[in-house]
Amino acid sequence: MNRFYFDHNATTPVSPEALDAYVSAARDGFGNASSIHHYGQAAKQKLEAARRQVAEAINCHPKEIVFVSGGTEADNLALLGAVRSCDWKQRHVITTAIEHPAVLNPCARLEREGVRVTYVQVGSDGVVDPGEIRGSLRPETILISVMHANNELGTIQPVEEIAGIAREAGVLFHSDGVQALGRIPVDVKALEVDLYSLSSHKVFAPKGAGVLYVRKGVRLEPLLYGGHHERDLRPGTENVPAAAAFGVACDYLRREAGVEAERLRTLRDRLEKGILERVPVVRVNGSVEKRLPNTSNLCFEGLEGEAMVIGLDLRGCAVSTGAACSSGAVEPSHVLTAIGLPAEKAKASIRFSLGRGNTTEQVDTLIDAVAATAAHLRQLSPTWSVHA
Amino acid sequence: MPENELIAVAMSGGVDSSTVAALLHRQGLPIVGLTMQLWNQRRLPELISGETTGRCCSLDDVYDARRVAECLGIPYYVVNFEERFERQVVWPFVEEYLAGRTPVPCTLCNNFIKFDQFIELAEGVGARRIATGHYARIEFDEKSGRFVMLRGVDRSRDQSYFLFGLTQAQLARSLFPLGGLRKSEARQLARQYGLPVADKGDSQEICFVPNGDYAAFIRAWLREQGRGEPESRGQVVTTSGKVLGEHPGVHHFTVGQRRKLGVAAGEPLYVIATEPARQLVVVGRAEELLRTSLTAHEVNWISVPGLTAPRRAQVKIRHQHTAAPATLYPGSGPDHVEVRFDEPQRAVTPGQAAVFYDGDLVLGGGWIE
Repeated sequence: MNRFYFDHNATTPVSPEALDAYVSAARDGFGNASSIHHYGQAAKQKLEAARRQVAEAINCHPKEIVFVSGGTEADNLALLGAVRSCDWKQRHVITTAIEHPAVLNPCARLEREGVRVTYVQVGSDGVVDPGEIRGSLRPETILISVMHANNELGTIQPVEEIAGIAREAGVLFHSDGVQALGRIPVDVKALEVDLYSLSSHKVFAPKGAGVLYVRKGVRLEPLLYGGHHERDLRPGTENVPAAAAFGVACDYLRREAGVEAERLRTLRDRLEKGILERVPVVRVNGSVEKRLPNTSNLCFEGLEGEAMVIGLDLRGCAVSTGAACSSGAVEPSHVLTAIGLPAEKAKASIRFSLGRGNTTEQVDTLIDAVAATAAHLRQLSPTWSVHA
Repeated sequence: MPENELIAVAMSGGVDSSTVAALLHRQGLPIVGLTMQLWNQRRLPELISGETTGRCCSLDDVYDARRVAECLGIPYYVVNFEERFERQVVWPFVEEYLAGRTPVPCTLCNNFIKFDQFIELAEGVGARRIATGHYARIEFDEKSGRFVMLRGVDRSRDQSYFLFGLTQAQLARSLFPLGGLRKSEARQLARQYGLPVADKGDSQEICFVPNGDYAAFIRAWLREQGRGEPESRGQVVTTSGKVLGEHPGVHHFTVGQRRKLGVAAGEPLYVIATEPARQLVVVGRAEELLRTSLTAHEVNWISVPGLTAPRRAQVKIRHQHTAAPATLYPGSGPDHVEVRFDEPQRAVTPGQAAVFYDGDLVLGGGWIE
């Protein structure tokens, strides 16, 4: 059976150039980047080259790039680090109901430390209203965190506008850009964010590297204590192979991302049109315009998303629904709930996310598989027969 | 059965369902392994003590099921049934206890989860039949045109008591490959196939209640729901009405219970009945527990279409009970049956099931009123 991958918002396959960079850094750059000798220097050179490549991709100074283990750590360092470095008696954070757990759970942790957190709701389009952010500001607000693009819906948030509000109020602004990098232009200078999170494995590099962009002058309390790596913000011997691969992946994005985004947009629209034509009563979740070019989140009313994902996987097509919990079972999505979908519609929703390897032929195969699986499930579903 | 038709195996991570997967796979049948996530182990942390092995849906069990699937090279998925399990099994379980009855959650799970929604999900993913590790047998009787159920060959493991609620449609879609085997043989097969769970211990009786302490579970569950434990403290009285002491709540007691009554008497005392309405726990001597008849309601017939005239049978009134000779009489309602035992039976308990047998044949069963 041919197997095709349509779940690039979960993770991406490793590109040949990123794999080469990873392997060559692991082989030739094994030295400890802090060592004085030749081997240490070779590793350090690879690390700093990677830092320059990432910096160039998001338009910042290399000194503003902090390498961490991944997107989750970048988000944790941004939120916990920024809030804990402030010694105000009353501290308040504004975020949104549709953030990734890597932002929501540090916020929950901060609440247990006595910090107040406002979770701004979103409309049915899955886009935050900057007015709501402005309205949530308090004198003691120290940080606003709003993701650049949502992982489940693909909806793009008005980050530039929110950054303006933060600047005006003198509040730090963090954005989780893990899903945005490589899919839409990311220019941290133009966005005027203070903190911005990135992850290597969403852009065709291996897992193991993340980046927190820390604008010059922003103070953070580290999460870990040890050596003086990464400007004292992230101790621990650097993962040079992962950073090198991330750097090369960023280089590729800088050259190709624009063209690739248009190719994916065409493919995504073909997929969506094909499904909407062949399967009755399917709706797009979230804004149709303000979203990533590779993502489509569809609600197949009256059918069980879990059965759909398994059925499609048995037909060789990998897609996803909701978020996986520790056992691997599917949990109801907090994002779909936040845009006002009732439980049965949230459970009937599937996310398709495209990437570099996908072709027109693959998408057509997926359309056929979705149509067949949906028809099979609808014919079984008692709730559906009531609708029909 | 068509040779190439996909079968969904309900895999718990235990030795029985793992052996089922291996057996069917060895026969060359296409199978998909599915584990139902029924209970979120992060809930009710106050119940989790050091010794909580054998609880259902623990990450260890999912890990084991996944390993077996990997070992066999079959497709495998975990499916989330937590919400359904809560609604169809846990909630009724608590309500039954609060109403002074002693529920059988495994039967509810079979009727409403494993052989209903799981069958539906299996069909959704393309499997028209499911297979489970139950020790019971299903056969098709050409003469009557019915699917009939027989006890498992291994009498000590027979699970037919929990399966009395299955309909003809459910039986038609279910396979019990272990029904003809002894447990020791199933384990032997698991070893022979090199399954990583071959020497794993048996699971406990009520999977979501750690260490069998259902009263602690009910207390914790009610607290989680924002409901206090119901104030059903009251008196412990004898059958003749004599007050012996106080009790902490009727749901702490079940008919036939002898220990932890909190009252002292010259002779062994047993719970004869609980009366939630008057918050009474009625206790008495062993012989006062004896009953010669019972009424079963919501009766489901399996191997016979129904009961139009009195019929001889053996009736089992709890899982550990030895089926006792009795006569079944059609009851007052359409799904009611009057059971009259030849010899009085100890502790006929409301909420438990009465399952009717004719030798190995499972005729049907219902709930004790």
